[in-house]
Amino acid sequence: MKAGKTEGGARYGMVIDLDRCNGCGACAVACAVENNVPPAPERATDRNGLTWLRVQRLEAPGEARAAFLPLMCQQCGEKTPCASVCPQNAVEVDPASGIVAQVPVRCLGCRYCMAACPYHARYFNWWDPDWPGRMAETLNPEVSTRTRGVVEKCTFCSHRLQAAQDAQAAGGDGTKPPAYTPACVEACPAGAITFGDLDDPEGEAARLAGAPGSFRLLERLGTGAKVYFRTEREWVRRLAGGGAAASDGRSHG
Amino acid sequence: MDERLLPRGLSRAPFGRFLLWLVPWAALLGVGLYAAYLCLALGLNQTNMDNRFAFGLWIYLDLTVIALGAGAFFTGFLLYVMKKRELAAVINSAVVIGFICYSGAVAILAIDVGQPLRAWFTFWHPNVHSMLTEVTFCLTCYLTVLAIEYLPLVLRNRQLKKRPSMLVFEFELHKVMAVFALVGTFLSFFHQGSLGGLYGVLQGRPFAYRVSLAAWPSTFFLFILSAAAVGPSFVLATTWIVSRVSGRVLVKPSVFDLLARVSGSLLLVYVLAKSVDTLVWINHTSFRLGVHPASFYAFAPFGTWALFAEIVLLGLVPALLLVSARTRRDPRLLVPAAFLACAGVAMNRFVMTVQTLALPTLAFDPFLSYTPSWQEVASFLAVVAYGVILYSLSFRYLNLFPQERELAAPKEA
Repeated sequence: MKAGKTEGGARYGMVIDLDRCNGCGACAVACAVENNVPPAPERATDRNGLTWLRVQRLEAPGEARAAFLPLMCQQCGEKTPCASVCPQNAVEVDPASGIVAQVPVRCLGCRYCMAACPYHARYFNWWDPDWPGRMAETLNPEVSTRTRGVVEKCTFCSHRLQAAQDAQAAGGDGTKPPAYTPACVEACPAGAITFGDLDDPEGEAARLAGAPGSFRLLERLGTGAKVYFRTEREWVRRLAGGGAAASDGRSHG
Repeated sequence: MDERLLPRGLSRAPFGRFLLWLVPWAALLGVGLYAAYLCLALGLNQTNMDNRFAFGLWIYLDLTVIALGAGAFFTGFLLYVMKKRELAAVINSAVVIGFICYSGAVAILAIDVGQPLRAWFTFWHPNVHSMLTEVTFCLTCYLTVLAIEYLPLVLRNRQLKKRPSMLVFEFELHKVMAVFALVGTFLSFFHQGSLGGLYGVLQGRPFAYRVSLAAWPSTFFLFILSAAAVGPSFVLATTWIVSRVSGRVLVKPSVFDLLARVSGSLLLVYVLAKSVDTLVWINHTSFRLGVHPASFYAFAPFGTWALFAEIVLLGLVPALLLVSARTRRDPRLLVPAAFLACAGVAMNRFVMTVQTLALPTLAFDPFLSYTPSWQEVASFLAVVAYGVILYSLSFRYLNLFPQERELAAPKEA
């Protein structure tokens, strides 16, 4: 079994084409709606809000056109930094899908996983979640809401995988890992996100992930992230793929 | 008014003056308890921590307080295992300080976690690979041991001693105290190490990540060593403060001398180990993670001065002062040296907790700063106030310094 491959299942991942992303933020909105992320309280800032998926604006001196980088949990594979540190197993890596799951009902809210995550892709519920007025009627019944004081993050819409597995089982076809589409992929108007099984050699996601020009964030740390990025712009690859350096990072979306 | 409760043969301030001393600390405790209530009732949005600064003032001070509280376990180790009998003069005070430090740290942790009522989950669903699990288990066990070590001091109060059952209980506890000291030493060694490992294992944070020796990162051993080195200095510093505040001679100079000698020698070993570790980290570990070590110090205010201050100014300098016989004879140099050593461990814990989180990991991430909210500051000051109050009560009603009576006697004669 090659490194990072799951036991007899799939290894779901995504490839994001940064040259196609126009920073509209539709992915971030779709993610929040799909996963019952509550509206931000009045006092929330970009540092303490809940943004499972945020769109990072990248700029460089002399470059007229900015780039936009959708950033979510990178679904680390080999040495998942957050899973090993959680004191009460509230972070689990599903061996059948490779998805790094968060179990909010077990979470103590110690935030050690947040300190461990190099992508800053984990979020703490600093406030009680609140859906004012009739907003509660928009809640997705497939996803449980979280309480104050626990950590949450992108799950690659694992509830959609569950639904796909159920449908597959009902149809009697259980030979292949089911295909499914996370909300952000579905919402992207530019078709910038390709999602699928990275171990399926015939799949588009696996082909793009292995194609020249694809890279992962902080690859040197060896986290085995399952989110790949693509761009033909050298400065974007250098900025996004490199490590910490002085830079004026700004995010929106 | 409370004369019947005071230890025999020891003079204490009038009851009224003692109450007056407690008033400001009680007020501080009250404000801090209100701040803690706000954090528990309204949530951690009352703090200035955020998703990037997931740990803040509380974790930093917890780590510092626990390192300083190591004076309790290490004095016990020196007394009961290494048979340094002179330290019987400060062991009671060291146990009270250790109990205050650890109970205060646990109280702050209970506010710091988002779901304190789920704390028992760690015992029920433990992730044995997590350093925080080790910390939780050892901290809980050691706090229990400290409470058991504190109990005989209370039972020796002259009013409680009048009850035969209490006397017997105290006698039986005393017989097994060496065992508890050993258990406490093991637990404390282990969790000091786990606290260091907490950061050393963070492969996603190249600034904190360290190579492993056996199963643990080097910070595991450095935290044990630094806590053991600074613990005796903290016992020395607190004994000096109590002596100044109470206006009494509490221990013989030879006790200070021994504490300083042990602290200085261990601090020298620590500074050497820390220097080797830093060189390995600069020349090997950070490059292996693809980071140039200079980038760690590219963001003000964390320049290379921080590294210099931590290792040389607050490490090597107090170590040399404490091992020097001439310094140890002069309280004007000895006491500042002990304080410097304590500041060194505080600086190390600050660097590991705050600087680690302030530094960006992604190239497009900005360097961020964080200022604690008044609720964070007040909650921690409540622990300081609780410590002062509990120590003051212990000093007044229990015999914390067995040499005090003997040292006071010639004056009365």
